[in-house]
Amino acid sequence: MFHFEVVTNWIDEFLRTYLSEGWALFIEFVLIGVAILAVYAVLALILIYVERKVCAFFQCRIGPNRVGPFGLIQSVADMIKILIKELIRIDRADPRLFRLAAFLVIIASICTFGAIPFDKGLQAVDFNIGVFYLLAVSSLGVVGILLAGWSSNNKYTMIGAMRSGAQLISYELSCGLALMTMVMLSGTMQLSEIVEQQSYAWNIFRGGIPALIAFVVYLIAGHAETNRGPFDLPEAESELTAGYHTEYSGIQFGFFYLAEYLNMFIIAAIASTLFLGGWMPLHIPGWESFNQIMDYIPPVLWFFGKTFFCVFLALWVRWTMPRLRIDQLLNLEWKILMPICLVNIVLMALWIIYV
Amino acid sequence: MNHIKSILIGIWRMMQGMYISMLNFIRPKVTEQYPENRGKVFPHERMRGQLVMPHNENNEHKCTACGICQMNCPNGTIQVISKKELDEETGKEKKILDRYIYDLGSCTYCSLCVESCPQDAIEWTNEFEHATFTRPKLYNKLNKEGSTLMKKEKKN
Ligand code: SF4
Ligand code: SF4
Repeated sequence: MFHFEVVTNWIDEFLRTYLSEGWALFIEFVLIGVAILAVYAVLALILIYVERKVCAFFQCRIGPNRVGPFGLIQSVADMIKILIKELIRIDRADPRLFRLAAFLVIIASICTFGAIPFDKGLQAVDFNIGVFYLLAVSSLGVVGILLAGWSSNNKYTMIGAMRSGAQLISYELSCGLALMTMVMLSGTMQLSEIVEQQSYAWNIFRGGIPALIAFVVYLIAGHAETNRGPFDLPEAESELTAGYHTEYSGIQFGFFYLAEYLNMFIIAAIASTLFLGGWMPLHIPGWESFNQIMDYIPPVLWFFGKTFFCVFLALWVRWTMPRLRIDQLLNLEWKILMPICLVNIVLMALWIIYV
Repeated sequence: MNHIKSILIGIWRMMQGMYISMLNFIRPKVTEQYPENRGKVFPHERMRGQLVMPHNENNEHKCTACGICQMNCPNGTIQVISKKELDEETGKEKKILDRYIYDLGSCTYCSLCVESCPQDAIEWTNEFEHATFTRPKLYNKLNKEGSTLMKKEKKN
């Protein structure tokens, strides 16, 4: 099995032979930062393209097909367009908070992005409290959204931001509880450790029914956290024009847009890391030749395959369900998902003890 | 108990909905790639592309210049301009069609004119590439130069 660890270790050794420790570390930090930003941007472009294509197919259309073969360069063209757009100054908005909000949203999402294990050794931050970190940092985004709604001096953005606040804070609970179930099963919060443990059975198989329930609950709650379709109340375009980012233009709007797509990816990536084994290939105990064949597929591909599977699930739900009303949304969380999660934690405890 | 039942029903409904949208996802798409397949005939008989007045090989049409289509058109798209002419057989003056003007730019393709024509003198074709650079090009004269009224076949 080829791990990316080899490359990163090689770079590390190479730098350390020529430079002092401090400089080597500094250069590594810069390299990692650039790499994360680059992957972030490229993934966003890919996701936007995928979203538009998949959405088109669900609606019996073809989707972007003019720019480049099969419209592949469409999102690149869109990016160039958004980069050269004017940033409109909003009259009587709070300019400092207004600008800060877009950065907060994207910084929260980049910070979460850094903690995702793409492969062994291809993970920027690997804390021993990884899951906790993911939850904490990804919830920072809601501050940005609230600020954006407040500072734009517009009733639609305000309503959108308030809805978003209610929604994100509620769904954070069942999201966290679902992840907690998996932390119970793994006995650790370190993401790399969690993935290592799944080398012979992914958590969703190892954890049985409680893990399956947690997976479904996590997908629903995570989907709600990304503010996308059936849960897109904060930006319901038929009611609030565009919700909390109504007043944004140019690249500031681009930040919100990028963060939205990347949050979808991050939720899917966390789901695949904790439930579907991350970059771990599909191994079945006892089938040695089968395991060997599976090992030939690079782990990065496994990771992206699983993640895009989860992304596809999210898109599938998005283009199937109509938008919920705010009371239905909160009912779903507080009356259905939360109790299920709490019962599920007990179930998981029983599962760990008796199975 | 009811609560749990409604949750299960909800899950079942959701799966039904997702099944339907997956059917749509894998269904072959019928979108036409327009400029690439230019010249391909779209076999849609009912499509209303452009109003025409069919003429037979003797350059004869069926329009009696009654003006019913003009009266029925909600947009004033049609102008039936008639002239009087002496009929040789009977020696009386008779109204015949001079110019039949159809302004494509204001037509809403409601087809009221075609429905109401008692002689079935006008009909639709599938021609749809109407874009022009100047508005006068949209004024079409539907009767051909020097065309005459088709003689009615005598009923035996
Ligand atoms: S097209 Fe028909 S309805 Fe119109 S003037 Fe001629 S005969 Fe009358
Ligand atoms: S289709 Fe309707 S709008 Fe067009 S010419 Fe006929 S009656 Fe007028």
